[in-house]
Amino acid sequence: MIAHPIPAQSSVPPLNDYASIVGQPQIDELWMLARALANRSAKMVNSTAVGGGVAEILNRVVPLFKEVGLAMQWDVITGGETFFSVTKAFHNALHGMAYDDRQEWFDLFLANNKENQQRLKFDEDFVVIHDPQPLPLVAARQGKQNHWVWRCHIDLSRPNERVWKFLQPFVEKYDATVVSSPAFTHPLAVPQFLIAPTIDPLADKNRILEPEFVESVLEKFGIDRKRPIVTQVSRFDRLKDPLGVIQAYKLVKRYRDCQLVLAGGGASDDPESSVVYAEVQEASKGDKDIFLLNLPPWSYLEINALQRASTIVVQKSLREGFGLTVTEALWKRKPVVASGVGGILRQVLHKVTGMLVHSVEGCAYQIRYLLSNPALAKRLGEAGHDHVKENFLVTHTLKNYMVLFLLLERGQRNS
Amino acid sequence: MKHARRPFQFVDAFYLVVVGLNSAHTLRDFGKQLGEVSQLCIFCHTFHSLATHHYTSYSSDFAQWTMAACNENELAEQLGAIDVRAFVDLEDLRSALVHVVDGYLAAHPASGERPAFEPFYFSETREAVLPVDRRASNLAEMSESLRHLSLHSLHYHFVNSRLRLHLRTNDFSYWIEHELGFPELAAQINLVDFYTNTLDEVRAEIIDCITPWIGR
Repeated sequence: MIAHPIPAQSSVPPLNDYASIVGQPQIDELWMLARALANRSAKMVNSTAVGGGVAEILNRVVPLFKEVGLAMQWDVITGGETFFSVTKAFHNALHGMAYDDRQEWFDLFLANNKENQQRLKFDEDFVVIHDPQPLPLVAARQGKQNHWVWRCHIDLSRPNERVWKFLQPFVEKYDATVVSSPAFTHPLAVPQFLIAPTIDPLADKNRILEPEFVESVLEKFGIDRKRPIVTQVSRFDRLKDPLGVIQAYKLVKRYRDCQLVLAGGGASDDPESSVVYAEVQEASKGDKDIFLLNLPPWSYLEINALQRASTIVVQKSLREGFGLTVTEALWKRKPVVASGVGGILRQVLHKVTGMLVHSVEGCAYQIRYLLSNPALAKRLGEAGHDHVKENFLVTHTLKNYMVLFLLLERGQRNS
Repeated sequence: MKHARRPFQFVDAFYLVVVGLNSAHTLRDFGKQLGEVSQLCIFCHTFHSLATHHYTSYSSDFAQWTMAACNENELAEQLGAIDVRAFVDLEDLRSALVHVVDGYLAAHPASGERPAFEPFYFSETREAVLPVDRRASNLAEMSESLRHLSLHSLHYHFVNSRLRLHLRTNDFSYWIEHELGFPELAAQINLVDFYTNTLDEVRAEIIDCITPWIGR
């Protein structure tokens, strides 16, 4: 069994501290919603406590739910390396990537979920299951009157048909699903709510840092502050296309001096990351301006500093559920060059909050363009910050889940 | 200072979007489905989207899609120019939208068949309304309450109210005219432009309108 330690990071500040960012009326609204849900309980279930966007969101949002009075639990399913290899294969297949079809994988997936179903309790008023790994846990709702939600964070726009057909009957046992983009919806017998993931502006990953600290991080990794820094922060995952980023950087390098930072790590539910890391190491061999940083999952401050020090932030994903690293960069007023895929389309409005690209060549061109036009880069960064403030902060997650719970309780009464 | 017999009761409204099963891949398909989708869907892409689009060219999802995904700028401008303030009934609003799309496709038939860059996903809005512990009995209290109002509440009272009241006005103007007897102020507030302002700016403009009247 893989252990799931809770990562070390700064504690979540009181909800009222967010008023200085989002405004007091928005905070009052959250307290009002919480009063309407007094005495209710809820549970979040996912597959990892460390690494990746889902764990990060839950680490921040669960304490806030507790503060406003909702009895909120967070459980993480357990599973061996084989189970997580299978779920990673499913994950890739749901993103439309190649899939080696094996019946025993379905059996193993179900058996592992059965074990977790027996280990965990689901007596809360609301149960939110995140992503496909724990999807079959919905079997535990039999005989209960509570509300179940499947929160899918991944890009389901072009799923492998066989895997999706296997999972769909489980999805339809929920009361509702939540997706990050309309393109991820499918004909289902349950309502599909549209809710964007969010970042916490007061978390170590996003809070304002002293310039001296930023300098010290650059110094630690040997990055030159005086030369342009192009950064992609992502797990070492083929869907994040780190090799494509290196190709784009090499095209840029023909015309403009710059350094490339690829910062990321793995997640306990992603056994593939070490293989991808080795491929990226090979591709960047011999270039002293490429900084390949395989960081532990608790490197929040370092990631924050690297993003703040960047001239341009790139997210060249091939598929993307949402791309919280894009949100983080926009929040830090960074010009972003990102693939026009999945949830990125909700964040990067082309030429307004960033630049959308569709190829290695396009990525390279937009990096060059922004390096040559710092005034435009600054304008994009400012608009990106405001866009995140209005839509993609943790207070929105808190609000949207509470509204969802109210709607479920009221039988989704229409407007 | 004039006091109302019936105080203004603020409420807060919360919305979530449910993505429907209908999507359109061409303008022709879009126009056809526009005539068939639910009223909740028309509301979602017009009244509701007004509160959420500050960075796109149009606050109407329909106009934005025809521009960004179909590259039909003329149609986008025509759809964007349909002012929801002129409508107190969603069926009338739908008819106006369909009329514009049909007219455009009649003049530009080839535009109807070109595949859009991305599909239009027809969605609906789900609403949860909660009473706020805040009332106003006079203009001073109204002004003070407006300062503390969430943007959703402002949108509910100032924009969506037209569909509830079935009048071409908003909750604030209606109350000011009927409870305080200031039709001139009511009309002035009703002219505050929520198309060209953010909701924060709308709030500030309404307060600016009210301020000189406090004490009358």
